[in-house]
Amino acid sequence: MHIPDGFINAGTSVAAGVASAGGVGIALRRAAAGLEDRQAPLAGLVAAFVFAAQMLNFPVAAGTSGHLLGGVLATVLVGPWAGAICITLVLLVQGVFFADGGLSALGLNVLNMAIVGGLGGYAVFAGLRRVLPKGRWAVVASSAVAALVSVVLAAAAFSVEYAIGGVGDVPAGTVFAAMVGVHVLIGIGEAALTALTVSAVLAVRADLVYGARDLLPALPHGGPHPAVGR
Amino acid sequence: MDRKGLALFLGGGLIVALGLAFFVSPYASSSPDGLERVAIEKGFADAAQDHPLAESPLADYQVRGVEDERLATGLSGVVGVAITFGIGMILFGALRTLRARRAGPSAGP
Repeated sequence: MHIPDGFINAGTSVAAGVASAGGVGIALRRAAAGLEDRQAPLAGLVAAFVFAAQMLNFPVAAGTSGHLLGGVLATVLVGPWAGAICITLVLLVQGVFFADGGLSALGLNVLNMAIVGGLGGYAVFAGLRRVLPKGRWAVVASSAVAALVSVVLAAAAFSVEYAIGGVGDVPAGTVFAAMVGVHVLIGIGEAALTALTVSAVLAVRADLVYGARDLLPALPHGGPHPAVGR
Repeated sequence: MDRKGLALFLGGGLIVALGLAFFVSPYASSSPDGLERVAIEKGFADAAQDHPLAESPLADYQVRGVEDERLATGLSGVVGVAITFGIGMILFGALRTLRARRAGPSAGP
């Protein structure tokens, strides 16, 4: 999913860079306004974990692999604003130190994975939480579905960017269909890994999961779900 | 908030991240990812330019100078986790400080 330099023309890349800078600026402000003491080191850990997880490419189809993008994972764990910053940080480190993802394409990658995948994915998560009954299982299920959707959204965002300023003359619809098709498969992996990680943190320290803070008062007394009270 | 519990969680989480980066990443699939696959199939993969920092000591998740490819990947992962965690701690620590300062001694709880 990391766009190298050269796929998208300079104008579109710059426009995406401006949009990303604006989005990250808002995220920094909002994160600074709402960050709790214990969330700061947790956000550092989430960024480091996403970096590690992004190295773990899993096979999805013949000769194709995918890896966790982590947008929903990060935003569910530390909140949408800090989570989007986590993904931006990972992309920055990858682009600058690891030659992964182009430098002129950094704005595109931040837009697709941190803003669209992270904030967009969190919006899906929050919407699902609203319609589903309360409970830990709903946090995990919403994370999983939102994770799948977030990868498809990021793939769709690339398709839009390619349609606007892509190099070559591949029809926009062809790129969109191919991108979404393969990323539904990758999204299933994203859903599984996100659900696994969110469940693990919920099991160990549910109080640290931003996306489950509405369940907090009920946690010490146990709840309707057998996994809750211990 | 129990600081000790939080420190324990952070330490444990960091060990998991480092473990994944060092022990698991060398065995990750090296097939093209979704975007690369689409670029190859649709014929725009050649448009990719060389990364301007392709000669950096950690480029392509390989620590330069380490012969064993798997070890080079694992080590690069450990360095990457450390860099990301370090910058993250500084960045989010600064954001928290900013918040504390803005709230001021009178406004904050």
